Amino acid sequence: MPINLNNSNVATRENRIGSITGYVGTLKDLATQSECGTLKGCSRCFSQSSTCLSSCALGQLCGIRDVALIHHGPAGCSVAAAGAYYMSKVMSKKRGVTSDTVYVGTDMNENDTIFGSTESLRKVILEVYNRYHPKAIFVSSSCATGIIGEDIDSIVDEVKPEIDVPIVAVHCEGFKSRIWATGFDISDHAVLQSIVQPPREGVKTNKINFKNFFESARPEIIEIFKRFDLEPVFLYCNSTVEELSHLSESIATTCICGTLGNYLGNALEEKYGVPYVRSINQCGIEGFEAWLREIGKVTGRSEKIEEYIAEQRAVYMPQIEEVKKELQGLTAVLGMGPGYTFEVSRVLTELGIKVVWALAWHYDKKYENGDVPPSMKYLLDNDIDFEASVADQQNYEVMNILHKYKPDMYLSRHPGSTVWAIKNGTPAIYVADEYMIFGYKHTLEFAKTIVDAIKNRSFEENLAKRSKLPYTDWWYQQNVDKFLEEVK
Amino acid sequence: MAKLLDKQRYKCALGAMQTVQAIDRALPILHSGPGCAQKLSENTGSSGYFSPNIFPCTSINEKDVVFGGVKKLDSTIENALKVIDADLYIVLTGCIPEIVGDDSGEVVSRYEDAEKPVLYAPTAGFKGNNFKGHEQVVDAIVEQYLKKSDEKIEGLVNIWADVPYQDLFWLGNIRELEKLISELGLIPNTIFGYKRGIENINKIPKAQFNLLVSPWVGLGNMKKMERKLGIPYLHYPTLPIGATETSKFLRAVGEFAGVDKDKVEAVISEHEDYYYYLIGRYADLFLENRVINKQFTVVADAQYSLGITKFLVNDLGLVPAKQFITDDTPKYYRDKIAEEFKKLNFGIEADVSFETDGYKIHEEIKTHDYHGYPLVLGGYYEKEVTESLKGNFLNVSWPHQDKVVFDDFYVGYTGGIRLIEDIYTVAVQRFN
Repeated sequence: MPINLNNSNVATRENRIGSITGYVGTLKDLATQSECGTLKGCSRCFSQSSTCLSSCALGQLCGIRDVALIHHGPAGCSVAAAGAYYMSKVMSKKRGVTSDTVYVGTDMNENDTIFGSTESLRKVILEVYNRYHPKAIFVSSSCATGIIGEDIDSIVDEVKPEIDVPIVAVHCEGFKSRIWATGFDISDHAVLQSIVQPPREGVKTNKINFKNFFESARPEIIEIFKRFDLEPVFLYCNSTVEELSHLSESIATTCICGTLGNYLGNALEEKYGVPYVRSINQCGIEGFEAWLREIGKVTGRSEKIEEYIAEQRAVYMPQIEEVKKELQGLTAVLGMGPGYTFEVSRVLTELGIKVVWALAWHYDKKYENGDVPPSMKYLLDNDIDFEASVADQQNYEVMNILHKYKPDMYLSRHPGSTVWAIKNGTPAIYVADEYMIFGYKHTLEFAKTIVDAIKNRSFEENLAKRSKLPYTDWWYQQNVDKFLEEVK
Repeated sequence: MAKLLDKQRYKCALGAMQTVQAIDRALPILHSGPGCAQKLSENTGSSGYFSPNIFPCTSINEKDVVFGGVKKLDSTIENALKVIDADLYIVLTGCIPEIVGDDSGEVVSRYEDAEKPVLYAPTAGFKGNNFKGHEQVVDAIVEQYLKKSDEKIEGLVNIWADVPYQDLFWLGNIRELEKLISELGLIPNTIFGYKRGIENINKIPKAQFNLLVSPWVGLGNMKKMERKLGIPYLHYPTLPIGATETSKFLRAVGEFAGVDKDKVEAVISEHEDYYYYLIGRYADLFLENRVINKQFTVVADAQYSLGITKFLVNDLGLVPAKQFITDDTPKYYRDKIAEEFKKLNFGIEADVSFETDGYKIHEEIKTHDYHGYPLVLGGYYEKEVTESLKGNFLNVSWPHQDKVVFDDFYVGYTGGIRLIEDIYTVAVQRFN
């Protein structure tokens, strides 16, 4: 689907790439149906709370240094400002830089929902600009402003002559999509619309755009890439507006998570011809090597990359083979975003762990370029199958599955999920850091972490013994798809 | 009218889900967008019996905005009762259903005969902040669930304090208040925290009186209970921290409850003796250090701004610089609260500003002459500005990033000691 940078609205993942949040079945069925176009998602007549797309969109943008975010809505929408302030301070400090990014709200009240508040918004924008002189300004809507029809695009257009930095409207009505990852697309869209410039003439670079979350492996990736004469530009945490303005000049774009990087990668390719590295992701050995080789192919560095792979294999593979012995035959359930679930499933299989059920918080039938996500294709090509479901962090479904399957471990990437597994007595591994399974070294560490988690179950047992679970016996007797219904 | 909310320190009315969460075995059911609960919850200390990702939610989508979401609300309540084991279910509405005009109250009324009580509190985000939302939840319990009781339990006192979770010390504070009240021979009744819950809610109408310990939050609830349930109330506006204020507090409660004066004095002197034994031992630390000066600023909601100011002035002999109240206190309470800041020892009066714009607060902190290192007790936002002034910073108000609190507290005699410990733990990390 072509990317339209003339309009500040991004179509949701549901509408753009047919993503779904409700499905129960098997991996093979899910993939086959999405390949032949027959997959239809379900909705639920009972659900538990999940995540707002604005958290993903604005959470990404507020990682950029020295910008301003203006969240137009009631105080609950902009409450993320507190966390954003903290993140921006600690993450910049960790990197040894400073960030004066500000995230403000407009504390909309009842009168504003009746009479509108675009005039107040205009004043707020100008005041924020005068106070902080940010390098760019993002003006976001909310559910309330969206429904009453506040025209933030017009306000942004109106103030443009008075503001000499990029300013753009960011449409974050939370009801638009059940897929919070739509927020990632929204943030990419805003950056592409307002900050990214066409490549300057004659500029030659060895830069590669690297879309990630919190750049914990930044120093080691810089080291690795030096060997290939590549310079990674990490996005968006600690990015500068200046850096972002030149994304179109890089020789390629890659990402740590397909869900996160897909929109930007495809847009830069489509609009500026920056190739997007399409492969399974860097988790595990298979993933890491496939990814490196793809980078080699795209950037013409295959020889150096093969050298690196051979060298690292010699160091790490014997150690990984050793630790694998302790993992043989263990069973796992996992729940993550689709950018990780089907990647981590592959890694677990590599390590000899049997995946009994994988939950993806949503599922993208196809990526922007029309292909089935590479991680799914890999599993299918390698004849790997297990039970799978798509649930937007529906905790009661996770608990139903854990209760029935009693796996040796539960792996999750989202806050508020692992604790329930533990209360169920299931050891849990929180795969929060996106680099936790990155490449040889971290795959080895990941395997060892699993061994440790399985070895000492004291905390799980102590807590489980004393915890009453909040779900009724009735629920545990139901099938996990009890509340799924066809979308009408 | 919409305004610039810079360095925001409160949530919206739907934040009242945390008030519900603080009632043991009470479950909020949200008629809202899918991500409201996650946004409005805390990162730590939320994984009890119910956590925000357990809260049933209608997760309103585009279709519901157009066609209304009452059907989804109905099926969500119906199934929540089947799937989740709670004692009390409180439906909270967010912005969307109130703008599009869903009759959520009508849907909830269909569950009048359900096995467990199902209540409803309108908490649209644009209706006010979480302080207001907190009051809405208590009001919902009073209006829709409680009935006037002819039977009274002698000495039973309902204690109400500030907003759970917004107040990092809510659990410890309310337990300590209970403890102090018990020492007077009264029977405390609270509804928040461990093993309180529905049974204590049921006892509310039987109380001799309501005790509200807060500058303003909950005053409306007290009036409502007085009208509907015939329960008189004592409003003690200052969160008592340290000996001076706690002794005053005990005298006020004792007098209102008709407790024998000698008994009250006996309780007080036992506490004060130990308190001053501790203070005496550490007086050297207060007097002989190079990094804590006399002047301080508190940036917090009304309860901590007032409580800590009184404590630092009347107990520790510090001098107030400007104080800030950041909870968007309703205008009609402001004068009375500002008056309280004038009732300090030696005729000292503290200048207080009701300010929600953090930029302005920081500008004032930066320009004030603290005669040396400033002492700033505030939200996490004040950390950097205080450090830039070489001052001492303690994170006492939301947002909390610098401190993990399970059940620690600042209220009472012991609470005062805890606060001193925290302040000087910061100070001793520097050259003294």
